Amino acid sequence: MAIDTGRGGEVAPEEERPPKPLPGVGLIKGLLVTLRHLFSRSITQQYPHEKPDLPPRTRGVIALKQENCTVCWKCSRECPDWCIYIESHKETHEPASGGRARSVKVLDRFAIDYALCMYCGICVEVCPFDALFWSPEFEYATYGIDELTHEKEKLQEWTYTVLPPPELEEGAEPVEEAEGESAPHSEAPTSAAPVAAPGAGAEEGGA
Amino acid sequence: MSFLDQIFDNLWFILVLKVGLVMGFFLTAPLGIGYAEHKILAHMQHRLGPMEAGRFHGWAQLIADGVKFIQKEDIIPKAADRWVFSLAPAVVLVPVVLVIAVVPFGPDVWAENLDVGLFFLLAISSVSVIGVLMAGWASANKFSLIGAVRAAAQLIAYELPLILAGAAIAMLAGTLSLVGIVEAQRDFWFVLVQPLPFVIFILASLAELVRTPFDMPIADSEIIFGAYTEYSGLKFAFFLLAEYAGIVVLSAVASVLFLGGYLAPPGLDFLPGFVWMSAKIGGLSFLIIWLRATYPRMREDQLQRFSWIGLIPLSLANILITAVVMVLI
Repeated sequence: MAIDTGRGGEVAPEEERPPKPLPGVGLIKGLLVTLRHLFSRSITQQYPHEKPDLPPRTRGVIALKQENCTVCWKCSRECPDWCIYIESHKETHEPASGGRARSVKVLDRFAIDYALCMYCGICVEVCPFDALFWSPEFEYATYGIDELTHEKEKLQEWTYTVLPPPELEEGAEPVEEAEGESAPHSEAPTSAAPVAAPGAGAEEGGA
Repeated sequence: MSFLDQIFDNLWFILVLKVGLVMGFFLTAPLGIGYAEHKILAHMQHRLGPMEAGRFHGWAQLIADGVKFIQKEDIIPKAADRWVFSLAPAVVLVPVVLVIAVVPFGPDVWAENLDVGLFFLLAISSVSVIGVLMAGWASANKFSLIGAVRAAAQLIAYELPLILAGAAIAMLAGTLSLVGIVEAQRDFWFVLVQPLPFVIFILASLAELVRTPFDMPIADSEIIFGAYTEYSGLKFAFFLLAEYAGIVVLSAVASVLFLGGYLAPPGLDFLPGFVWMSAKIGGLSFLIIWLRATYPRMREDQLQRFSWIGLIPLSLANILITAVVMVLI
């Protein structure tokens, strides 16, 4: 029952093979390996006494920064599981400095059903306004399935646990610092996409 | 005679005391060895083992396991032979207890000093083969039957090296009594003149206990748990207890036969004999656990070949050489 290893049955000539060790030496070496491991430190992390050290881009839970959301519905549409529930309505505002009335979408309900969510991250990728962020939190198990649907208040709370983006790798192209561009939980959040017209000045938030 | 002397002279009292102590040892020593196995195997595999039960490094893990097994449902398969199925754990367990009764654990610390102690011990431990066969057949399960037949073949094959290695020691000591064998090692331990039978005895004990690398009959990854697959609850716990008690007992017997039993190494007899015996049992048990952590299991034919073509001729040759040397010296 020979197995074809693809080398055509070639064996190294007698002189080139390593010398055969004494029988039993391999057994003793095995014993020494386990003995050495006996005295070396174990690598077990004892959860829940120790929190695990997770990598920076860990996908734990999705956080929503409501100020950035323009209710474009892209995340809800792209979600493969249809687990993002959005309700909104349009309002018209007269701007303070005069001009015609602008219509603005207002977010009534934004809920992610984590019982359905498969943590693929498509919603985070697809959001053009950087309103959704990954957070490394994972301890949100509940006793009832209904409680696994997180409404927008809970999703806003998750933004306080979002980590700053990891450092760029060596050799990456340096990013030019745009005006006021920063992580969600620092003091002056602005939307990254050019919502405001260039000539209208920098607008704080999206309201 | 004083009142205490009268009590201790009473046959029934002594009997009950001995039975109590033997059963007590039988129920507690395997717990210690089982816990040691959990921790040693774990640390050899770079992990921690039980840490939660009993707060401090999981010392109560096996007690918790015992309670768990006691409160489990006792399942007997419909097609199983009820009586044989239920009696099999007892047939596997009782011989191990009986062997504890003859082993000396210290000077004047033994239950019975039989004149034919070694013979009794080896004969009784062969009875557990029947228990394994009973378990496998009565389970009405093909895998159990395969496991049981493998076990029977293996246990029979390794009885002979065990007995022959013990026979060489009996020849050296001139007696079959275990206490006599220990006393005959006052000048030098028998392992120094009989290293080969020591190795043979340890390997044959491993095979008798169905421990890795000879655990083909249990072969977790292949036939689930061999002959013991259909067992649940207390009966299953008895099989495990028999295995760990067997480790303790066979380590004790090997210490008595080869390592001088409760005798201290020369010059170090400030510690009592019982401590030395415990140290030797602990050392051999550590070796058995160490071998489990290190080696893969042997195939059935490799196992049989190792015994019939390897160990038995070696032990026979050893008896021959021992006899010749004993006559000449």
